[in-house]
Amino acid sequence: MKKVIGLAAAVEMIPDGAALMIGGFMGAGTPPRLIDELVRQGRRDLTVIANDTARPGVGIGKLVAAKLVHRMITSHIGTNPETQRQMIAGEIEVELVPQGTLAERIRAAGFGLGGVLTPTGVGTTVAEGKKTVTVNGNVFLLELPLNADFALINAKRADYYGNLEYSLTARNFNPAMAMAAATVIAEAEDIVPVGVISPDAVGTPHVLVSHLIGKERGHG
Amino acid sequence: MDEKELIAKRVALELKDGDLANLGIGLPTLVARHLPAGVRVFFQSENGIIGMQPLPEEGFAWSDLTDAGGSPIGAVPGAAAFDSALSFGLIRGGHLDVTVLGGLQVDEEGHLANWTVPGKMVPGMGGAMDLVTGAKRVIVAMTHTAKGAPKIVKRCTLPLTAVRRVSLVVTDLAVIEPTNGGLVLREVAPGVTPEQVLNATEASLIIPTEVPTMRLAASPT
Repeated sequence: MKKVIGLAAAVEMIPDGAALMIGGFMGAGTPPRLIDELVRQGRRDLTVIANDTARPGVGIGKLVAAKLVHRMITSHIGTNPETQRQMIAGEIEVELVPQGTLAERIRAAGFGLGGVLTPTGVGTTVAEGKKTVTVNGNVFLLELPLNADFALINAKRADYYGNLEYSLTARNFNPAMAMAAATVIAEAEDIVPVGVISPDAVGTPHVLVSHLIGKERGHG
Repeated sequence: MDEKELIAKRVALELKDGDLANLGIGLPTLVARHLPAGVRVFFQSENGIIGMQPLPEEGFAWSDLTDAGGSPIGAVPGAAAFDSALSFGLIRGGHLDVTVLGGLQVDEEGHLANWTVPGKMVPGMGGAMDLVTGAKRVIVAMTHTAKGAPKIVKRCTLPLTAVRRVSLVVTDLAVIEPTNGGLVLREVAPGVTPEQVLNATEASLIIPTEVPTMRLAASPT
């Protein structure tokens, strides 16, 4: 079982126009080397599903600044003026999704559900064009699953099998996204022998991880 | 007193010992500094932690421990971290006692608009729609007017955050409670008269015969 792949080779698997889920919240928990390599290789026309576009020069903000993103599905772009500028200029499409709904749509895809019923967004602009379902007298929006070609995941530690351990608020969308993409590429701060991560501490089991980004020789 | 400090002090009195609370970025964050003695509140940050606290010292910043604005934070003993799905399960699932959020408009139905000004400001709703839909109590902390224009209006002209009626509105002029019958003026800020509040408000207000002055500290027990 060989999971480790070089950084450049991992990003070469991603074609122009691919749909990517990228973990992270304002840059915390976003895989830094994968982001930089996407920029270096200049992948184009990406659809990016992520909580936010961080700030200019930070995390997903780097992809936006390099104009690699054609479409963003996200809950918040307010901290990145460049995303807003590109949206107003018609250079990038932005689909805004309430944060909890974004998490559930990703989870639904990864967990094999046909969608979720949420009260969030009922009676607001978010409800436009969506089905409503009444359950026990309460109105819910039907929100559909969201999947992707690739998930780019950031973990604190991976073991040789690819079990992932997360850290505090850097966890955020990573575990759900690791369930919802056809190919899962994980970048961990450290790669440790099997057994170092306790079974209870595994946040994403190795069977979900397609590839682990190897550490560079002499790195760390 | 600074108007934001005044609002934060009054809102702090709404938090109860043992509450799980979520504070929006900006003005609501000031609330944590004014908790009455003996009141212990657990603060959730929607990016995945219960038990956030300010960074104890500048040099302790860690990239894996941040608030919803991406700024470094600390954590209290007993803190718990989790992923976004669980975080929003707490919010939507009725486990969050109170959320304190800023506002652009509140109307006579108690509806809140606080996430977008079409054509001018389209930041995205982030977690606001889930918070207003799911928290047990929603407290709006905002200035009463913006550049002289009332923010408490007959009907919101900006897109709503949710159709749920908020629990309480605290401004630099007043405390207002949305009810079935309409907006009730519960308190006025020190030195402010009910007439002054009415003049700064577009919505109709129900004014009880007694309108006490805003409390800014917990009453001694």
